[in-house]
Amino acid sequence: MGSVTTSHEMGLHEEQLAGRTQQMFFSATEEENFTYPWSYEVDFDKSAEFDAADMEISDINIKIRELMKSGHGTITVKNPRAKHSLGVGILNRVNLNFEGSLGYFGCGVIDGPNIHISGRVGWSCAENMMAGTVVIEKNAGSLFGAAIRGGDLVCKGQAGARVGIDQKGGTIIVGGSVGAFTGFMMQRGRMIILGDAGDNLGDSMYDGTIYVAGKIASLGVDCVETELTDLDKKYLKGKLDLYGMSAPNGIDNIIKLTSGKQLWNYDNLEPSEKKLVL
Amino acid sequence: MAEQDINHFLEGDGLDSEREKTIGQHIGYRYDVNLVPDMDRCTPFLRKYMEIMGWKDLNWLEDVHMGYEESRPAVFDRNINGWVTIPENIELPDNQQDRDMIARELLVKFQMAKGHPMVDLRNAYEKFS
Repeated sequence: MGSVTTSHEMGLHEEQLAGRTQQMFFSATEEENFTYPWSYEVDFDKSAEFDAADMEISDINIKIRELMKSGHGTITVKNPRAKHSLGVGILNRVNLNFEGSLGYFGCGVIDGPNIHISGRVGWSCAENMMAGTVVIEKNAGSLFGAAIRGGDLVCKGQAGARVGIDQKGGTIIVGGSVGAFTGFMMQRGRMIILGDAGDNLGDSMYDGTIYVAGKIASLGVDCVETELTDLDKKYLKGKLDLYGMSAPNGIDNIIKLTSGKQLWNYDNLEPSEKKLVL
Repeated sequence: MAEQDINHFLEGDGLDSEREKTIGQHIGYRYDVNLVPDMDRCTPFLRKYMEIMGWKDLNWLEDVHMGYEESRPAVFDRNINGWVTIPENIELPDNQQDRDMIARELLVKFQMAKGHPMVDLRNAYEKFS
């Protein structure tokens, strides 16, 4: 465990940072590791379950961690009772099943796990998710997948407003409809909405792609319709098949939306001013 | 960008528009961030990685592409917030899909190595283990 002085003892403060970072590769052919060096070794066939009905939030998360530490690769949590912040900070490969619903900020900051939730989820489910899969069988609250950076986040029901706000990667799939300002300030990644979309879809999106199978109440600033390519169709078919989902009117009728790039403003300083600043 | 010459950023500085020439920097990414992967081009290493992680597609690697930084092929590592150069002895295919698969494979190997900078950072700053 790190301490106040550990980083100084390791010499991490001696390097002088100089501009952009570009590292040469280590010998990429010599190492073939598939998980992070600090990951717990788990076996998907080794399973465990526990009842969380009378447990505190932190105790539930610690229990999940202890089970991973002892090699359990499939963990079932019974009766989560919509408690908040469950299943967060998991940086490991593991199959995690919640039999019930989660409250706010469930499954946030995860990198690798495959999570299944049989009920509903509250606000900001899977915020800052890095990798893995999260599948919710019922509805999701607002801010679903806020600032997600990678992985697949799937809600088979309806989702609230501002789905994928500040999305920086990954794929968000919603089987039903989504609320207003979905895709607000999206920066990259993909969103697949099989139902309808509320007002201001993709408002101020910088990049990324939104696919909509239903009706769109209105588009936000700089969100424009783009041609759906054969590669898009192949990708959508493969991705939806993975989760047993399909476009109600067929893949061919999905609308593809991307950034119009009219809000791209780089470096408004005049060259002479820039030289002064630098 | 999809129709652009694949070596555009390897052979030039990317300063194409008048605005880019004025400010001295390329505007936007040096690759198509919206290009979805063609799974038919997946490498054996990536298939094994997917199997171990319990995924049926590339998952987070869908957002990883081969980019070009300072006229050299490179892949962006989000864990260190920096570009990692593709080794010079690796021959680049003539299409972006295959290049992206190479970038994904190398990035996984880099991130999962014991010498990755995150290992030291974790040892120095982790709050619990």
